[in-house]
Amino acid sequence: MATLEQATGQGQSVGQARPARRMPLSAILTKVAGYIAMVVVVLLIGMPLLWLLSAAFKETSEIYIVPATWIPREPTIQNFPRAWNAAPFAQYYVNTTIVTVVSVLGKLVMGATTAYALVMLRFPCKNVIFALILGALMIPPQVVVVPNYLLFADLGLINTYTGLILPHIPTAVGTFLLRQAFLALPREILDAARVDGAGHMRTLWTVMLPLSMPVLVTFGLLSTQDVWNDFLWPLVITNTANMRTLPIGISFLLDGEGNTQWGVVMAGALYVITPLLVVFLWAQRHIVEGIAAGAVKG
Amino acid sequence: MAQAIGTPGPSRLKREWRDWLLFVALAGPNLLMFGIFNYRPLLYNAYLSFYEWDFLSPVKIPVGFDNYVDVLTEPHFHQVLKNTLVLMSGGVCLTIAIGLGLALLLNQKLAGRDAARSVLFAPYMLSGAAIAVVWVYIFDPTYGLLRTILSPLGIVPPNWLRDSAWAMPAVIIVYTWKNLGYTMVICLAGLQAIPRELYEAATTDGANAWQRFRHITIPGLAPITFFLLVTGILASFQTFDLIHVLTRGGPVDATSTLIYYLYEQGFVGFRAGRAGVASVIQFAFLFIITLVQLRYIERRVTYAG
Repeated sequence: MATLEQATGQGQSVGQARPARRMPLSAILTKVAGYIAMVVVVLLIGMPLLWLLSAAFKETSEIYIVPATWIPREPTIQNFPRAWNAAPFAQYYVNTTIVTVVSVLGKLVMGATTAYALVMLRFPCKNVIFALILGALMIPPQVVVVPNYLLFADLGLINTYTGLILPHIPTAVGTFLLRQAFLALPREILDAARVDGAGHMRTLWTVMLPLSMPVLVTFGLLSTQDVWNDFLWPLVITNTANMRTLPIGISFLLDGEGNTQWGVVMAGALYVITPLLVVFLWAQRHIVEGIAAGAVKG
Repeated sequence: MAQAIGTPGPSRLKREWRDWLLFVALAGPNLLMFGIFNYRPLLYNAYLSFYEWDFLSPVKIPVGFDNYVDVLTEPHFHQVLKNTLVLMSGGVCLTIAIGLGLALLLNQKLAGRDAARSVLFAPYMLSGAAIAVVWVYIFDPTYGLLRTILSPLGIVPPNWLRDSAWAMPAVIIVYTWKNLGYTMVICLAGLQAIPRELYEAATTDGANAWQRFRHITIPGLAPITFFLLVTGILASFQTFDLIHVLTRGGPVDATSTLIYYLYEQGFVGFRAGRAGVASVIQFAFLFIITLVQLRYIERRVTYAG
């Protein structure tokens, strides 16, 4: 303490020595500020998720205590069976899983076969065809929801898995990404496969797809997120509870006027988001890298 | 002689034929579905926009440009356009500003920054409907999280989702919260793509932290910012689940955007013609944005070359 006072008291005479000593101090201050900012930001942005988690374990009576508690006084898991019974969540899980798995597999197949055809086969006007596929990106599903609904209604596909799945299958992004991946493969490897007598399908299946695994994984994960969370299409193409997907189910669990059982609804929200949260934590490196690569490469 | 020349001809032709057939077999289904689910509906929307039809009656009444005149002159639609632009500018600006700030913070060498990035990115992965349900509770004027936080500070929060002045800010808050992780990840990638040597050279030349930020980081992030601007505009245009769960476009029409208007005209009001008009307008917007994007990419390629 005394030395510190001495140091400050001496003031300007020590001035010359200061810059050398000040650098680490400012660096330390920056670091401390960085840590404080990081903690504040994480708490602030993570707060809604903590609030969700906390409310899901609260008894209804505790929800209505003002000021609200963060840690439930008497934690309960009763909201989970209540939510499970308030809406056919088991059916929602089955529906969402079927729709997601089939759609994503379909996208992967469409992307791989189309990209193979574009890269490896001769065909007139391939550039025009590729442009038409990319052009479809300009037509998001929301813009064409009415005509597609009318088409599926005419075909009697309302409330069917076919209706839920089919519009998800064609993929422009998957075609684009896999085409890029295939074009980047060294020519010699493909020629070697040809020399070994591998046909088109064997070259695709045993040589090109394994080498494009990172792209397949990333695209598969992003598609999974896309289809699992999809809202407008499953909303209009289903009108019975037993065909709804999880996002539609949770939106119907939210009661219109005032008397919402928040604990139950929050448990339901956890049912919807937990599977994707697990997928994300398990594979976040692929997801984040995939998203970032798309932007940096343009 | 004729045979000697002729033999390679047909066989090459035959191989070409096989390529064509295989091409159709492999790329055909994808293309066919794009035709059925994207291009055909686009034309059908344009067709419907010239008719009055309730989806049920056997006849569609041709009305010329009446639907366009009706939609474009009604005050309700002006409000819808305004809402679309407010959500777009608010959402895009906030996600880019906050995402960039977070990226700058978490680009520093801090222990635990990977975990922090995960937390901030997580909302982007989750169902918009489920997230919106949680936020309806957060906005609850009596028992919600915002009330809990703000009332000790002496602030009485508004009845967010039922107050026409606060409903759109509420939607923008949720939109920003859900999407800032995406812009953060893109900005982080952009920061890491800036060559380290530039900073080292600038430091050697005596540039301070602000100068380095102003003259290296900002220009270095320009392409990324443009990418975020375009993807942000597209994402805000397509935001449906958040609005449907939070406000249903209300109160009155304070949060109804173009996509929500389209849904309401089509699936609530059963007006095929007006829904057609809305989708034609929406597509026109998207088309223009894509053209701008393509021109920009062309320019960038030229620069790089």
